[in-house]
Amino acid sequence: MKKIISGENEITLRLLAKDKLALFSLAIIVLFILMAIFAPYIAPYPEEGEGKPVPEQRFIPPSIEHPFGTDYLGRDILSRIIFGARISLSVGIFVVICAIFIGTPLGLIAGYYGGKVDEILMRATDVFLSFPSLLFAIALVASLGPGLFNAMLSLAITWWPWYTRLARAQAVSIKEQPFILASKAMGVSGIRIVFKHILPNSLTPIIVQGTMDMSSAILAEAGLSFIGLGAQAPSPEWGLMVSTGRIYLLNYWWFPVFPGLAIFLIALAFNLFGDCLRDILDPKTRKFRGITF
Amino acid sequence: MASFKSYLVRRIVLALLVLYFVITITFILSHVVPSDPAELYVGPKATKEQREKAIIELGLDKPLYVQYINYIFGLLKGDLGTSLRAHTPVLHDILVYLPATLEIVVIANIIALFIGILFGTFSALKKDHLEDHLIRFISVGGVSIPSFWFALLTQLIFFGILGILPLDGRLSTETQLFNPIKTITGFYTVDSLLNGNFPAFLDCLRHLILPATVLATYPIGLVTRMVRSMMVEVLNENYIRFAKANGFRENLIYYKYALRNALTPALMALGLSFAYSITGAFLVEVIFSWPGLGTYTVNAILENDYPSILGVTIVGTIFYVAINLLLDILQAYIDPRVRLQ
Repeated sequence: MKKIISGENEITLRLLAKDKLALFSLAIIVLFILMAIFAPYIAPYPEEGEGKPVPEQRFIPPSIEHPFGTDYLGRDILSRIIFGARISLSVGIFVVICAIFIGTPLGLIAGYYGGKVDEILMRATDVFLSFPSLLFAIALVASLGPGLFNAMLSLAITWWPWYTRLARAQAVSIKEQPFILASKAMGVSGIRIVFKHILPNSLTPIIVQGTMDMSSAILAEAGLSFIGLGAQAPSPEWGLMVSTGRIYLLNYWWFPVFPGLAIFLIALAFNLFGDCLRDILDPKTRKFRGITF
Repeated sequence: MASFKSYLVRRIVLALLVLYFVITITFILSHVVPSDPAELYVGPKATKEQREKAIIELGLDKPLYVQYINYIFGLLKGDLGTSLRAHTPVLHDILVYLPATLEIVVIANIIALFIGILFGTFSALKKDHLEDHLIRFISVGGVSIPSFWFALLTQLIFFGILGILPLDGRLSTETQLFNPIKTITGFYTVDSLLNGNFPAFLDCLRHLILPATVLATYPIGLVTRMVRSMMVEVLNENYIRFAKANGFRENLIYYKYALRNALTPALMALGLSFAYSITGAFLVEVIFSWPGLGTYTVNAILENDYPSILGVTIVGTIFYVAINLLLDILQAYIDPRVRLQ
């Protein structure tokens, strides 16, 4: 069937639909999101998922009743992983959205106005990008006190400069285009041009970066929880579960192994999806694999 | 060469700015944020006199700007503060733990550079073939796998199931008892060779394999992807086609002419990955009971010893900034286009 493709977005969607790897990773992401939303209905033992100990069923190996086994307090590990999806996904979304909301406007303004504003903003960004962000996050949480919210906050604070750079590059490339010059000539204010015209046209690379950053943010937060700076017991946070299960590795391997597998899967899915999206959106690497136009 | 000099000056000014910024932040974090540093210093059981003595000892009775100036001058003299747990100078402790961390970081990055260039080149040469997809999957997997979890898996497999590699630590007890290593540089592999202590050297290597490999997975992914995308671009250049048309041997073209031009980004990737490894090593060290900065920091975190944590932050930042500065300068030296930006 031949059909006229109306625009860039439709091409993107069609290429995406043809890309098996992209669909596969998207399916994993959707699965985890559904798991997080419907956790109390999906989890086989919702109370254990939320942290209720069951002393008489400690360390049961993977079986039909407990596919991933039970932990040192007798809680069903699968149920806890399902509840943990809520934490990891919200952390990822929170960190990435905060970073985008802080970083993007600054980058667009720097790129559009240029001159001194640009110089000051970009030097500030350089400074932020020149030190190890995870180390900085560790120092920040250590001073603010450990906890999930402080961990999220310190990750968000260290993450935004990447978006400033990205948005600036977009603004610089868009601002000389005829439609922007036309609005300028018509007397539209600078701020309005930046947010009404440049912003919508520079969202694509920001979304790609955001998808990949979901993975990095989830990994970073799991790492912080693992060393005791993030979520605290009895939270079913995955990094924390690996951390508590670590000492039982050689006797009850399922306790630390399955929560870690969940972290790996979701991080892999976001990274693969972001990678495929970038390939599709970047004309240099775009491959038209037998698509009918 | 004038542009190179001005680039150099700009880069060094930026590096100093970064250091100053981080120092100021750590000052705020250590002197302003905690509600009562003196309380933390003396512990909950201290008498009122001890507390007041601590306030004077820590200089907390002076106005904030004086504390700030003292803090900066202290840092210039190498004074990173005093550990709240051990009451020892933080810098001294850090220097004791640093070589162990540097040892795995350096080895991991050598592994990563080697495998990354190999994978990246191979992947580019087999673009869009099965090999390319496989390597892409591995490299994306490498940047997605939580290092602390991967470390546990390797322990489970190579110690728990196969029993061929040690579980953790830097040396086995037998070596420590019968073939002790005399510390010269703090790098056990180097020291054992300098001592002429070959059994200890082998023992070191056996203990290094797992932590170094786990730490290398992320950089491998990074280097592979950078080298691949650069190689793909270079292989389309006219001079490569020209060489092919002239009947140069394929391997000569690929490994001599193409790879050389694809190496600049590998250098950049190395900077990124080295910097990543310093913090990445933290989690890996904890799993392998590796007596480095990571283990030190995590213990400090557990005992709320924030001067130590901030000390590690400053030392880590200095390393990070210095390595990036060095690589940027090297790159500007190799590639004149960078300086002109």
